Amino acid sequence: MKFDTPAGSNPIDAMKVIGQAVDRVDGKLKTTGQAPYAYEHKDVPARPAYGYVIGAGIAKGRVTAMNTAEAKRMPGVLAVVSAENAQPLGKGSMNTAKLLGGPAVDHYHQALAVVVAESFEQARNAANAVRIEYERGNGRFDLAKAKPGAQPLTGSDADTHTGDFEGAFASAAVQLDQTYTTPDQNHAMMEPFATIAWWEDDALSVWTSNQMIAWNKKELAATFKLPPEKVHVRSPFIGGGFGGKLFLRADAVMAALGAKACGRPVKIAMPRPLMLNNATHRPATIQRIRIGTGKDGRITAIGHESWSGDLPGGGPESATQQTKLLYAGANRLTALRLAELDLPEANAMRAPGEAPGLMALEIAIDEVAEKLGMDPVRFRVLNDTQVDPEHPERPFSQRNLVRCLEDGAKRFGWERRQTRPGKMRDGRWLIGMGVAAAFRNNINMTSAARVRLSSDGVVTVETDMTDIGTGSYTIIAQTAAEMMGLPVEKVRVKLGDSSFPASAGSGGQWGANSSTSGVYAACVKLREAAAQRLGMDPATAEFADGEVRAGNRSAALADAAKSGEIVAEETMQWGDLGKKFQQSTFGAHFVEAAVDAYTGETRVRRMLAVCAAGRILNPKTARSQVIGAMTMGVGGALMEELAVDKRFGFFVNHDLAGYEVPVHADIPHQGVVFLDEADDKVSPMKAKGVGELGLCGVGAAVANAVYNATGVRVRDYPLTLDKHLAKLPAIA
Amino acid sequence: MKAFTYERARTPAAAAAAVAGHKGAKFIAGGTNLLDLMKLEIETPTHLVDVQDLGLDRIEETTEGGLRIGTLVSNTALAADKRVRRDYGVLTRAIVAGASGQLRNKATTGGNLLQRTRCPYFYDTNQACNKRKPGSGCAAIGGFSRQLGVVGTSEACIATHPSDMAVALRVLDAAVETVDAQGKTRSVPVGEFHRLPGDTPHLENVLQPGELITAVTLPKPPGGRHVYHKVRDRASYAFALVSVAAVLNEDGSGRVAFGGVAPRPWRVEAADAQLRNGAGAVTRTAFADARPTHENAFKVTLAERTLAAIIQENRA
Repeated sequence: MKFDTPAGSNPIDAMKVIGQAVDRVDGKLKTTGQAPYAYEHKDVPARPAYGYVIGAGIAKGRVTAMNTAEAKRMPGVLAVVSAENAQPLGKGSMNTAKLLGGPAVDHYHQALAVVVAESFEQARNAANAVRIEYERGNGRFDLAKAKPGAQPLTGSDADTHTGDFEGAFASAAVQLDQTYTTPDQNHAMMEPFATIAWWEDDALSVWTSNQMIAWNKKELAATFKLPPEKVHVRSPFIGGGFGGKLFLRADAVMAALGAKACGRPVKIAMPRPLMLNNATHRPATIQRIRIGTGKDGRITAIGHESWSGDLPGGGPESATQQTKLLYAGANRLTALRLAELDLPEANAMRAPGEAPGLMALEIAIDEVAEKLGMDPVRFRVLNDTQVDPEHPERPFSQRNLVRCLEDGAKRFGWERRQTRPGKMRDGRWLIGMGVAAAFRNNINMTSAARVRLSSDGVVTVETDMTDIGTGSYTIIAQTAAEMMGLPVEKVRVKLGDSSFPASAGSGGQWGANSSTSGVYAACVKLREAAAQRLGMDPATAEFADGEVRAGNRSAALADAAKSGEIVAEETMQWGDLGKKFQQSTFGAHFVEAAVDAYTGETRVRRMLAVCAAGRILNPKTARSQVIGAMTMGVGGALMEELAVDKRFGFFVNHDLAGYEVPVHADIPHQGVVFLDEADDKVSPMKAKGVGELGLCGVGAAVANAVYNATGVRVRDYPLTLDKHLAKLPAIA
Repeated sequence: MKAFTYERARTPAAAAAAVAGHKGAKFIAGGTNLLDLMKLEIETPTHLVDVQDLGLDRIEETTEGGLRIGTLVSNTALAADKRVRRDYGVLTRAIVAGASGQLRNKATTGGNLLQRTRCPYFYDTNQACNKRKPGSGCAAIGGFSRQLGVVGTSEACIATHPSDMAVALRVLDAAVETVDAQGKTRSVPVGEFHRLPGDTPHLENVLQPGELITAVTLPKPPGGRHVYHKVRDRASYAFALVSVAAVLNEDGSGRVAFGGVAPRPWRVEAADAQLRNGAGAVTRTAFADARPTHENAFKVTLAERTLAAIIQENRA
């Protein structure tokens, strides 16, 4: 099925199941510990051996010697596999650094070997007995130093110029020219990378933890030089991904190598101290923003340049993405520059592009509003646009940013905010309020599903879609239930298996809308087949209350499968509506923060997100996603930072004690409001992504609230107390 | 983790003898820090002597009017003890400011004093660390040092002692009671228990091989107002950037110790005498010899401002 004209009315519009706050269908499995995660599966052909990965002890250079003799003699050891004795590996197209390093070392903790033993403890013990000698090379680890040599990019990351930015900025009545920085960050998901791998002849099977099953299958096939049909990937439950599990990682490669070497299944969970340097991360950015306005507050020039770094062959953090689309203004400039660094691989994490981009842009907007003496909500409203400002002939499919801002301001009590910073106190605490716009593009991905109707009236959905804690199982069940006129209890959902039709997978907040659209398409086919079996006209048949009705006839849906199961499979493909209409999601974040006037500690007191993201498929799971995203925003604003050792080239705080994410005590009351929308130009579901929207802008809303509290503007994230302490009010 | 042998001792003296008589042996109590370090092979004991059966898990009143806290009293039990909450509030407040409920259930009084630094370079065996491997150098100096020490440090080591509890014990003038392999006991003031690193940062306290902590004693209640203020980047479950333990009297006199700044709980008695002259006077004395890095110089300012907040609240 191809979606190439705006959706008319369709069975989803009934919203008997879709749009309802249905409990997670997999909730009981998870809360009772019965949902098996990658490391825990028992469905393997033999008792697994345990692998322990050895990471490089230097960031750049070469392995000159690897002595494995002692390790091999240790009790229980079955194999030690390194580049020296591993089969020659191919390389997938999605990871930059090699997943098995050696002799060349490309980054710290790059996997250099795996030790396989009968028990985990034996494998770990023997791994520590492998002696590796290195020759250190010269690495580049400092973005600020590498910045002058950073290069422009092409394609979707190329510079954009609209009108005469330089001229308009130079002549603007009000000007802002500021630089902001965001640090390297890590996904820090609860479940580490984990895989159980085994070989049957020349076929490879894995239980793994991965967001994108079809990509993973393709990348495993490329790495092991196998035809894709020889690879079976399963990942039914995932303990958090946040972009870190979009791609094939070392756990799966090393487990497969280990399994090949010892002829048994091998399981590997990446040890936590290796997680932060072995894996990908969100790269640091340096962002320069220039905004010029007239005296009336209308933006006449807006320019956003961003520098980031990655290993040779890697990509940039697209932090200028939202600046192309968020505000009006005739004269525009965006530019990305990429420097080569020898830190671990930079890649997607939690709303890549917009999350760090808005952390900078939405402080800049706050600063311009202040220069203008204009309320920051009003300034944003004034500069709203209903068309793509770089291509004014292209309207947004639906854009309710202004409503989000105005509705949010009312709900939050924005009128109580003091215009002048540092003026509101509550005992020892300085109090401030901040706002930021939320913006994230909607992306649609091809997505297929198979649906089966059995004679007991149960519909089973099969698709390789993943549920990374987001609620995919639930919204897919709701979609099939709505389409087939069934209660959710009559739908079974099977996910995360590469033997199922390839779905959109989970990433870039495309999963919900795309995967349910694929299920919609398959269900349209199933409805046709069921109606035909029942001798009804598929064009007029209605599916409701477990029945199919046409004209004055009705029959139980189950009866359609009396003579045998009906199977329907379909793929949702996307036409050019995304080209004709800019499809994006919008929101407004409001934050009240308190800063201890003595110690500079910041505590967020209240948060509110108002989101406009098309039809909300399940307000309960959507709210959970948004409050999780808001929590990530607080982390990014106040504490998350991979500390780079610029001499030795690694992230020093590489465990969950050193890399701080918010704890419960950091998170106050969070309000989430969804505007009642349905975007017919996006999909038959009329839904859009929402998960990452909840993060986009939060950091800046916190930063603006902190500024409003203290009067000290901090432009370098995270806003730890040391950055404003010396400028806080003098103490008695 | 390296393979090790294990035994459970029956008496304190037998435990001490077992460790003294076995090269590479260590005591284990709650294990909340030791086991982590063993997994990373930062600690590689060949033999563990488990002291959990020694019965040293009671809090008793001393004839001097103070308390004797058995070394195996859990952090949770110590913080919850009615007498501690009433008479030594700074200790309860310090303990509950540290770790998590689960860790405090397992962690012991003696073990808390003996926990090792959380310097990230100490934890990464690829990096030079004089504390982990004497003579190998200190990668933390010139590296990521935001969390590390500003005073009492040396050219060889800038690590901090991570305990909150120990900072409160220092301000309370607690003492550490021990027994050695010969059954000989002694009492060491907590202020003399931890060593400064000098050029031997691997030697962290004055315990002799095999010497076992049996109890921590508190003198009679000091009165005054008890405060523990711990400052960190998130609201819970993080080590202190700076912490301040204070016992303040109504006349403005009192005593104060700082955590998160030095290789041991940091108290300078001459600084106590400055309390009536304000926080700046106290910290100028307490941190007179500070040698912060450019990343952690803020800790000196933070110590002053945190103490100022405490003094201000005491006046109010």
